[in-house]
Parts: sequence; C-alpha cells; structure tokens
Amino acid sequence: MYKPTKIIIALVIFLAIVTFPIWSSIGSDSVSPDVEISLDTPAINALGDDASCIYDTDYMRANHMKVLSEWKVEVVRNGNRMIVTEDGREYLASLENTCFECHSNYEDFCLKCHEYSNVDPSCWECHLEPVTDSNVSEEV
Amino acid sequence: MSILVGLLLVVAIIAITYIGVEVLGLSALFGIVLPYVAVACFIIGFIYRIVKWAKSPVPFRIPTTCGQQKSLDFIKQNKIENPSSKGWVVVRMILEVLTFRSLFRNTKAELTEDGNLAYQWEKWLWLFALMFHWGFFFVLVRHLRFITDPVPGFVQLWEKIDGVFWVNLQALYLTGFIMVAGLGLLLCRRLFLDKVRYISLLNDYFPLFLLLGIGCSGILMRYLTHVDVTRIKELAMGWVTFNPTVPGDISIMFYIHLALVCVLLIYFPLSKLMHAGGIFFSPTRNMANNNRMVRHENPWNPVVKVHTYEEYEDEFRDKMRAVGLPLDKDE
Ligand code: HEC
Ligand code: HEC
Ligand code: HEC
Ligand code: HEM
Repeated sequence: MYKPTKIIIALVIFLAIVTFPIWSSIGSDSVSPDVEISLDTPAINALGDDASCIYDTDYMRANHMKVLSEWKVEVVRNGNRMIVTEDGREYLASLENTCFECHSNYEDFCLKCHEYSNVDPSCWECHLEPVTDSNVSEEV
Repeated sequence: MSILVGLLLVVAIIAITYIGVEVLGLSALFGIVLPYVAVACFIIGFIYRIVKWAKSPVPFRIPTTCGQQKSLDFIKQNKIENPSSKGWVVVRMILEVLTFRSLFRNTKAELTEDGNLAYQWEKWLWLFALMFHWGFFFVLVRHLRFITDPVPGFVQLWEKIDGVFWVNLQALYLTGFIMVAGLGLLLCRRLFLDKVRYISLLNDYFPLFLLLGIGCSGILMRYLTHVDVTRIKELAMGWVTFNPTVPGDISIMFYIHLALVCVLLIYFPLSKLMHAGGIFFSPTRNMANNNRMVRHENPWNPVVKVHTYEEYEDEFRDKMRAVGLPLDKDE
C-alpha cells in the first residue's frame, strides 16, 4: 500500500462517519414511547372499555396529521365543523377541543412520541397550547 | 434494452419485498437481517476497494490540467487548476468534491451546418449533478433523526431550514424534491440525448432507477400514504443498539424503501458509485504539478547496481596516476 498513514487515517474517518449512529447512541437509553404514552385521562376513562380513537389505533398512529389536515380543510375552506366518520360517529373538527378533550395529557401523550421522533409541530404559534407542567410553571 | 433491464431489476426488488413481507410475513428478514448484511457489505466492500486502489502505484505526476503551470515569475500561475504545492492541491480537491468543478467545464461538441466543429456552453450536467448530490446529502442528514436518540442539534436546525414551506400541516422538505428532480433530469439526459444514450449502459441506468425508487417511495411515504414513524424509529434504534426487534405492523411502503436502500448499499462498492471514494484517488486531481522541481521515482523500478565515476576512480586511482590520466581527487 502506498502512503499507508494517509489511507488509514482516511479509512478511520470514513468508519467514524458511517458508524456515527452506533457510537452516538452508546450510553443513551432510548426508550420506546409506546411503553410511556398514557391513555389515562378523565375523558378516556369515562368512555370505559370500548374507548377508541376517531379511527382505529394503527391508522391514527400513522395518519393523525392527515386527519388534522383534513379537518382543517373542512373547517377553513368548507366551513363545516362537524365530521362524521364512516360508522356514523360525529366529532367537532377541532384540534383544541376534540383531540385534547380526550388526550388532555399532552405531555404524556403527543409530546412523548414527538420528542422521540424529533417532530415539533408549530401549531401552537396560533392555536392554544395545551397546558403542560412546564408551561404552567413558566407563567407563575 | 439496458434501460428496460435496469427498470425491471428495480421492479423485481419491489415485487420480492412485497411478496416477502406481505405474503410470506418475513418482516424480520427484510427489517433486520437484510439491513445488517447490507451495511456489512457496504463497509467491507468500501474498505476493500480503497485498499486495492491504494496498492496500485502511480508513478508520474499527471499535469494534464487546464491552467498555467508554475513557470517564470512574471507568468501568473493558475494555482487552483495547476497547483505546485500540497496546500493548493487540497484546495482543488475540496472544491472538486463540493462544487464539481470538472463537470462545470463540460462542453457540447457539434458539427455546424458548414461542417465545422463547434463547442458549446453546456452546464446542465453540472447543475443536475449538483442538485442530486447536495439533495442526497441533506436528505441523509435529516434521516439521522430515525437512527439517533437524542437527535443531534444540527439535524434539528437543518430540519427547520429545510422545512420552511408547509403542506398539509407538515414540513415540505425541499431537499428531498431537489434530489429526486436532479435524478430525474440526469435520467432524461441519458434517455433523450442521442450521444449520451449511445454510451449508457445498464450500470448507468440501474443506480439511477434505484435511487429514483428510493426517493419516490420516501416522498410517497411522507406526503401521501403515511407510515408509523414511531415504530420505524424503534426498529432503527434496535439496529444501532444491536438489540433488534420488529415492533408491530409497519406499512409495506417502508419495507420497499428499505429494501431498495439495502440493495443500493450492497451494490455501492461493486459499482461506479465508488467514485465517492475514488475521487480522492484521481491522479489528475490529487497530485501537485511539481515535475520540474522534485524528482519522482518510479515506485516499481528494480534496484539497479551502478558504478559511479567516483567509485571507478577510487578503484583505479593508482593505475590512472601511473599513466598520467587527470584525476578528480588526487591526495
Ligand atoms: C373520543 C376520545 C378521543 C378523541 C376525540 C381522540 N382520541 Fe386519540 N385515542 C383515543 C383512545 C381511547 C386511544 C387508544 C386506542 C387504543 O389503544 O385502542 C387513542 C389513540 C390515539 C393515538 C395512538 C396512540 C397509541 O396508542 O399508539 C393517536 C396518535 C391519537 N389517538 C391521536 C389523536 C388525535 C390527533 C386526535 C384529534 C384529531 C385524537 N386522537 C382524538 C381517544 C380519542
Ligand atoms: C404514537 C406516537 C404519536 C402520538 C401519540 C402523537 N403523535 Fe403526532 N406525530 C408522530 C410522528 C412520528 C409524527 C411525524 C410523522 C412524519 O414525520 O411523517 C407526528 C406528526 C404530527 C403532526 C404533523 C407535524 C409534522 O411536522 O410532521 C401533527 C400536527 C401531530 N403529530 C399532532 C399530534 C397531536 C396533536 C397529538 C396528540 C393528540 C399527537 N400528534 C400524538 C407521532 C405521534
Ligand atoms: C398561522 C397560524 C396557524 C398555525 C401555525 C396553525 N393553524 Fe390551524 N388554524 C388556524 C386558523 C386561523 C384556523 C381557523 C380557526 C377557526 O375558524 O376556528 C385554524 C383551524 C384549524 C383546524 C380546524 C378548526 C379548529 O378549531 O381546530 C385544525 C384541525 C387545525 N387548524 C390544525 C392545525 C395544526 C395541527 C397545526 C400545526 C401543524 C396548525 N393548525 C397550525 C391558524 C393556524
Ligand atoms: C440511500 C438512503 C436513503 C435515501 C436517499 C432516502 C430518501 C428519502 C426521501 C427523499 C424521503 C422523503 C422525505 C424527505 O425528503 O426526507 C424519505 C422518507 C423516509 N425515509 Fe428514507 N431514504 C434513505 C434511507 C432510509 C433508511 C435507511 C430508512 C430507515 C430508517 C429510511 C426511512 C424513511 C422514512 C420512515 C421516511 C418517511 C419520513 C416521514 O414520513 O417523515 N430511509 N427517504
């Protein structure tokens, strides 16, 4: 091999970059939010055993942003605030009043997932931010 | 013909993944085994290719560069195009890697109506290549959010910049589209320019179709079909912590995206995609043009036994003095 020191240094840099996700996760205990998110809210408990989300859980997990977007279009463009699901349930199409009525534990629900996957929806620039421990203490 | 074969290969990968995951339920094979195998192939293959290149000797400096070389003091040297020192070689290499200066020089040769050869300005190749490569880079940076926890600050910062536009309450990542547009245009170049199509082979079309498949499946997944990103991150964090599990149902779109990526990783060291590492070995880019200042020896020259005049004189000094021959050293 010609110029072995240069080549070896270059290969070490290459390896360091390619394995970045491996060594950067050493020591960090990544916990899946699935074990952490909580459905223990007054509104959901009141629904009893057959409590369910607007659509089935798997669909909601992947598509809740699509649902919110459809609601927004219904409200803002079509002026229609009542959403009827296929099986006939009616919901008021509202981020603040519907989602957060059931999921009133923003910090232990939405935020848990969003922090894990690094999503930071900037809805709260305009919409009323759900009350969390941290922003309550900020105001005091 | 090679266009069709390239396309069919990509379609076959998608079909195999679909059958494997949806029909046969082999999600552990496609979600865990394949990624590990692919990454191993990529790393080992990459290092193997680099070491192999490092073993081939490059005897002479190749000064076929397009600028004035270092000459008399009153002639201005073009230091970037024709460097004579290491520092400027590094500058040339960095600019080549980051801005593709060689492609910027691309021209189009054409016969005019009178039969004269004419060269024309042609920057499209450079522009499309730049779009694709930089888009690809930033897409990869943003993808770090799936395989790091906590996600590093520079990824978050770039997400904010890249996602200034919104669509359906989601950030519209511009670089993803720039990457796919660049790929599409590079493909069109091969398809519609007769001269380029004539020299295009399967190993030109296949990586283009593969990357287009990856880009399009990613975009579909983010903006249209939607996938359970939380579970995907759980799967990916399982890889990097060597504790892999398949966490529940993940949409087939993701497995297709992943399978195409894995094929790309396996194919990478076997193909012309290795230019990513090879660029650093290009003799016309990585050597200073100092042929007239430094003596370069051919590294494979055999050792030749020489007998210099000095040694000759030492050997025969007495005899030479006896017959009155002039001597260099006469003590
Ligand atoms: C009627 C009460 C109710 C409303 C309104 C509601 N949800 Fe739910 N949601 C639930 C329940 C109950 C579950 C748990 C379902 C299960 O696990 O079977 C759930 C689950 C979910 C999940 C999946 C969490 C998991 O377990 O993985 C998401 C995401 C979600 N909801 C988002 C939303 C969003 C966004 C809105 C507003 C558009 C909303 N929900 C409105 C009751 C509700
Ligand atoms: C099961 C985990 C999970 C839960 C629970 C959850 N989200 Fe999400 N949410 C995600 C993920 C992951 C994304 C990003 C998807 C992507 O990047 O395609 C997301 C994206 C979004 C987006 C789109 C913004 C963007 O930048 O992509 C909105 C809006 C949103 N979530 C609102 C909510 C609200 C409101 C709740 C609580 C009622 C909630 N989510 C609960 C996982 C979750
Ligand atoms: C620039 C300000 C702004 C931002 C940012 C914004 N919205 Fe809205 N949104 C509005 C306005 C204004 C309305 C109309 C309110 C009405 O008529 O009741 C609305 C309505 C909605 C509605 C239907 C009505 C309701 O009361 O909820 C939904 C759902 C919604 N937005 C979701 C979102 C989500 C999710 C985000 C974050 C990804 C978001 N919006 C970000 C301004 C904004
Ligand atoms: C060669 C490597 C890859 C390329 C070029 C690529 C490209 C893309 C592109 C262009 C998108 C569209 C969204 C965007 O612009 O960010 C996307 C989305 C996505 N990719 Fe990849 N990808 C690659 C590797 C991977 C890998 C290894 C994973 C596995 C973790 C992955 C998982 C995803 C997911 C989950 C989405 C959807 C994102 C969302 O919904 O927000 N990709 N990809």
